[in-house]
Amino acid sequence: MQLNLTYTFPSKLKTTSFVLMGLGLLLTILAFVFDHGPEGAAHGEYNHTHFWANILICAFFFMGIGLGATFFMALKYASEAHYTAAFKRVYEAVSDWLWIAGPILVLVILLGQFHVHHLYHWMDPSVYDTASPHFDNKIAAKEGYFTPWFFWLRTAGFMFVWMWCQRTLRNRSLLEDQAGGTLNHFKNVKTSAIFLVFFGFTSSVAAWDWLMSLDVHWFSTMFGWYVFSGIWISAMIATLVIVLYLKDNGYLEHVNESHIHDLGKWMFAISFLWSYLFFCQFMLIWYANIPEEVTYFQNRLETNGYKFMFWLVFFVNFALPMLFLMSRDAKRNRRFLITVGFIIFIFHWLDIYMIVMPSTVGRNPGIGIFEIGPFLLFLGGFIYFVMGKLTKAPLLPVNHPYIEESKHHSI
Amino acid sequence: MHKEAAIREPLILGEVSYKKISDDISRPIFGKANKYWWILFITSVILFMWGISCLAYTIGTGIGVWGSNNGVDWAWDITNFVWWIGIGHAGTLISAVLLLFRQKWRMAINRSSEAMTIFAVMCAAIFVVLHTGRPWLDYWLFPLPNQFGSLWANFNSPLMWDVFAVSTYFSVSLVFWYIGLIPDFAMIRDRAVKPLMKRTYKYLSFGWSGRAKDWQRFEEVSLVLAGLSTPLVFSVHSIVSMDFATSVLPGWHTTIFPPYFVAGAIFSGFAMVQTLMLIMRKVLNLEHYVTIKHIEYMNIVIIVTGSMVGVAYLTELFMSWYSGVEYEQYCFLNRATGPYWWAYWSMMTCNVISPQLFWFKKLRTSLMFTFILSIVVNIGMWFERFVIIVPTLARTFLPSTWNMYSPTFVDLGIYLGTIGMFFTFFLLFCRVFPVLAQAELKTIMKSSSEKYKNMPAAHH
Repeated sequence: MQLNLTYTFPSKLKTTSFVLMGLGLLLTILAFVFDHGPEGAAHGEYNHTHFWANILICAFFFMGIGLGATFFMALKYASEAHYTAAFKRVYEAVSDWLWIAGPILVLVILLGQFHVHHLYHWMDPSVYDTASPHFDNKIAAKEGYFTPWFFWLRTAGFMFVWMWCQRTLRNRSLLEDQAGGTLNHFKNVKTSAIFLVFFGFTSSVAAWDWLMSLDVHWFSTMFGWYVFSGIWISAMIATLVIVLYLKDNGYLEHVNESHIHDLGKWMFAISFLWSYLFFCQFMLIWYANIPEEVTYFQNRLETNGYKFMFWLVFFVNFALPMLFLMSRDAKRNRRFLITVGFIIFIFHWLDIYMIVMPSTVGRNPGIGIFEIGPFLLFLGGFIYFVMGKLTKAPLLPVNHPYIEESKHHSI
Repeated sequence: MHKEAAIREPLILGEVSYKKISDDISRPIFGKANKYWWILFITSVILFMWGISCLAYTIGTGIGVWGSNNGVDWAWDITNFVWWIGIGHAGTLISAVLLLFRQKWRMAINRSSEAMTIFAVMCAAIFVVLHTGRPWLDYWLFPLPNQFGSLWANFNSPLMWDVFAVSTYFSVSLVFWYIGLIPDFAMIRDRAVKPLMKRTYKYLSFGWSGRAKDWQRFEEVSLVLAGLSTPLVFSVHSIVSMDFATSVLPGWHTTIFPPYFVAGAIFSGFAMVQTLMLIMRKVLNLEHYVTIKHIEYMNIVIIVTGSMVGVAYLTELFMSWYSGVEYEQYCFLNRATGPYWWAYWSMMTCNVISPQLFWFKKLRTSLMFTFILSIVVNIGMWFERFVIIVPTLARTFLPSTWNMYSPTFVDLGIYLGTIGMFFTFFLLFCRVFPVLAQAELKTIMKSSSEKYKNMPAAHH
């Protein structure tokens, strides 16, 4: 049997991705143009916070998919996993997306440094100035940490190392197709171990720097791990949906039901991990009710009109996978996987929205063109880029040392 | 058909056959104990007895005989409780989580680490039962029909959640462990010659017949129990951590506690498994089953969980500064430089720095080094709990309440007693139970043993 190992990007899907991008761009521009800020804001004082907050949400969420796929790729090298070899090219292509989304996120934050937007309160130099009416002694105490050179060393350094590790792993994987042998594989195992250690430390710090610092007075030691679990699940959903799409279109014949089942398990398990971390962070802060900490949830539950959305995010992301993906049959059923996958994909985007919006815009602005525009723009870009990357390499890593074991995967 | 990649290292070394596996695993049960076993056993029993005397003294006199005082009202009792509960975690992780991940190497170590779990939880239970002060009233912890006036279990208290979490954990682990033992008991029954022994193992194996239907039910129950135990790996130590984290004390109230306690528990559990396994494989001649590769895998788990604990320590330290809350800041300053600085730095050295040595392949495949480090890690993890509890309580918000804590001989006695009890039970287990899951090992013999892996394909 001749396997169809070369993916061709169908023009229909290409058109769809362009339509998404075009529509997204149009809505984004419209949102920007018609964004006059809250009633009564003096002309010139409004910094399009609502607009920029949405750009940050999408930039972070979509960067997370590429980063999560890179983490998964490294994890599977380090843990000697065999079953993932059959669909390795899919999450490799998703991880390549980090090269687009990573710089975009850095750029969005950089614009804040140049005061194009005012999402990060601590980027305003007047808060450190004792003479200024904006002086804030709590932020001033953190000046050393938020000094521009130190902040940008971290931001740029983390992103650079992540992207470099991703490129190294992917290149060696492609090289292995030509060269054979196990040398490249073992080199990748080593790089993966290094990446995982680096990522283990930096993913938390990045989450504090880029998201937690939006609420610069607030702190939670769990925050980094919580954000990480959201990144991971989004990457797993993206991988699973693309695998199912490719199978529907006659590719990936070597991916059998057991592989799909395993990917379903990941979606199920990481959803539990996310829910566990969500619950622990929320419950401990709610229970102790310490003023310094509880403000974060007050802003989301009491004062700004997010109550319904807040609980919806938790219950959908927890209950949906739990109820619908518990059984073995459901994890092998593409309709279940795709439906649950799509819904929780959107709800994990909404999770980032719940982190960013109340800290920046304040009062719940609802879901409108401001939100939908950038989301469609990024989604279209993601589809166009990742599907394009899939055409660049054979869909089966023929010389991967576990490939035979993976083809015979049966659970 | 299953096909294993050539680059995977074999998990069973040397000459192997179904019969040989049965022979090797039943040998300690039919044979006689050697001198070393008796020395270890008698030492453990003496420690155990000493512990029981201290325990009786505590019950007879009251917990005033401990070093705990008005400010430091939790000290060795809770430190030891958390330490033992943590050690128990590796067993459940190996038997449940690694089963779901289909890690074949778990089959050589799951039986004894599950046994370890059961014994460790029993040790832990002693401390929580005792620390209530009047252990004869401990049944009040359960929501019984209310005949005690206005007394009713307070479900808002994490201490209450602990009662349910730990007892659920114990029962599920026990059932899981026992179910796995059934076919292995049957193997011993079939080989036993003495009538009493045959009869005993017959009852223990629940009349296992080895029919296909038996196996099918066995597999199904194992999978269901693995599914049930997996959340327990997380829930038990999360809830233990909430005993601290729901409070408003700086150093106790921090949101990272639940996952960080879970990682720490697995870390210390694997260290204890290493300590026991390295002795057991030698004494019972099981080197072909518990290979250097197994030791290496466990050491890798130790690096991973040790690093997670390290990230959590640094996160806490950083957040205490970042929070800008002076009480938080003082708490960590006090831990690192206050009167108990030695405990803090022992913890940091043993838990964060020393496991990083396992990055060197030479060290993580060295038996002697692994043995020493496994003990170092357990010392470190004991200090971790001590650091969380004692220095924090010794210096709370009001300086006039500050006071120091030092343990009495009774504290020490009960602690050593639980170590004695743990080893007494474990040594007995090694003599009468099949210490490796032979039925499971036989399933990987043809795919993962050295002999079969080296055979030309046609002979499989």
